[in-house]
Amino acid sequence: MDLEHLIQRFQLKDTKAFEKLYEMYATNICGVINSIVQDDELSQEICQDVFMKVWQKSDSYNSSKGRFFTWLLNIARNAAIDELRSKSHKEQKLNLSADLFVGILDQPNESENDEMNSSQLKNWVVGLKQKCKQIIDLLYFKGYSQKEVAEALDIPLGTVKTRNRNCISQLRENMKNN
Amino acid sequence: MDTKAYIESGIIELYVAGQLTEKENLEVARYARMYPEIKKEILEVENTILAVSRSASPKSVPSFDAIRQKLEGQEGKVIPMEKKSSSWKPYVGWAAAVVCALGIVYLYNQNEQLNSGMEVTNTEIEKLEQEIKEANESLEKSTQLLDQLRNKDVVVVQLGGQSVSPESFAKAYWNKEEGQLFIDAQGLPEPPEGMAYQVWSLTLDPLTPTSVGLLENFESNDNGVFTLVNSNASEAFGITLEPEGGSAAPNLEQLYVLGTVSS
Repeated sequence: MDLEHLIQRFQLKDTKAFEKLYEMYATNICGVINSIVQDDELSQEICQDVFMKVWQKSDSYNSSKGRFFTWLLNIARNAAIDELRSKSHKEQKLNLSADLFVGILDQPNESENDEMNSSQLKNWVVGLKQKCKQIIDLLYFKGYSQKEVAEALDIPLGTVKTRNRNCISQLRENMKNN
Repeated sequence: MDTKAYIESGIIELYVAGQLTEKENLEVARYARMYPEIKKEILEVENTILAVSRSASPKSVPSFDAIRQKLEGQEGKVIPMEKKSSSWKPYVGWAAAVVCALGIVYLYNQNEQLNSGMEVTNTEIEKLEQEIKEANESLEKSTQLLDQLRNKDVVVVQLGGQSVSPESFAKAYWNKEEGQLFIDAQGLPEPPEGMAYQVWSLTLDPLTPTSVGLLENFESNDNGVFTLVNSNASEAFGITLEPEGGSAAPNLEQLYVLGTVSS
């Protein structure tokens, strides 16, 4: 079954379809959350809550307005950011824009089960400029708008789009070569 | 459209990031349906972000079972209700069918009862109609008889009891013109088994008896009046008791009543 039909059945509250979508995206979504909260246990907890929310809000997804993954991504990062803001994570909130998704890779216990992916990602990311790492982190993982990115990185608004394009292309190039 | 320039603009990357306006989103989705290269670019960018995000995932991802349990916990309150509501409907349907069937059987029986009741009533009506008819016929007969007895041509002959049965009496109404003879035998005792009264016409000089007929079915004659035919020039009438079927000559020892015709 293709993604489109799977999503349709999921929207009709078919738990089997939901399970398949979960298998497809759970790792990524938990990863997005983890890149924000940078806490294994907490990110697992939030990740479950996010998929519960996804099930409840299944009606609100509209394929003509975006990718299913983008929809999931948006719910996940909002939930993760809300969590950071609501709980006693005020310090981390202040650091939010400073912590990049690559920061997780520096945690000593992270790569035990996931050594391959992590080291691959390192390789992919290593060649990226700091500005690329920041812009990808802010746009995809922190959910910053173009304007917010321009302000945070102190670059002209018109350059956000093309710089991001260049950074993603660089990342794709790195992935291809590895 | 220059799809290459469109792709190079970086809009696809922002589309996957979810950082476009609703209008822009609709536009990209439309182009994705129209141009396979745009669709392909979207999938590749998405795969890149999927790869990066997968790498950032925690050591273990919760299994779907945990989600499933939560879903069941949530809908546990809803599902049984749905089951209940979906389970009583067929019962109501069956119950209605049973009630309907019982109703049909009841009405069928009622109808049968009414029909048989009507049949009984109809039979009774027929019986009553028959009785009325019989009563009318009987009345007609009596009226007719009365008319016949009242006829001015009728001669009434008193028949007095003889030595065998002095208390017996009878009356003969004789219409000489029409040759009709009516015997009122109410004053005669019922004849014994195997015997019958025989009516005789007599001429006196010399005494000659001529049989006029038998008073047949004596006990079943309801008014006790018998109609006979007498064309004789009778001078007297006598009634004797004879063996059933009658005799050629009267047994005078069993002469019950006798009377002469007044001239």
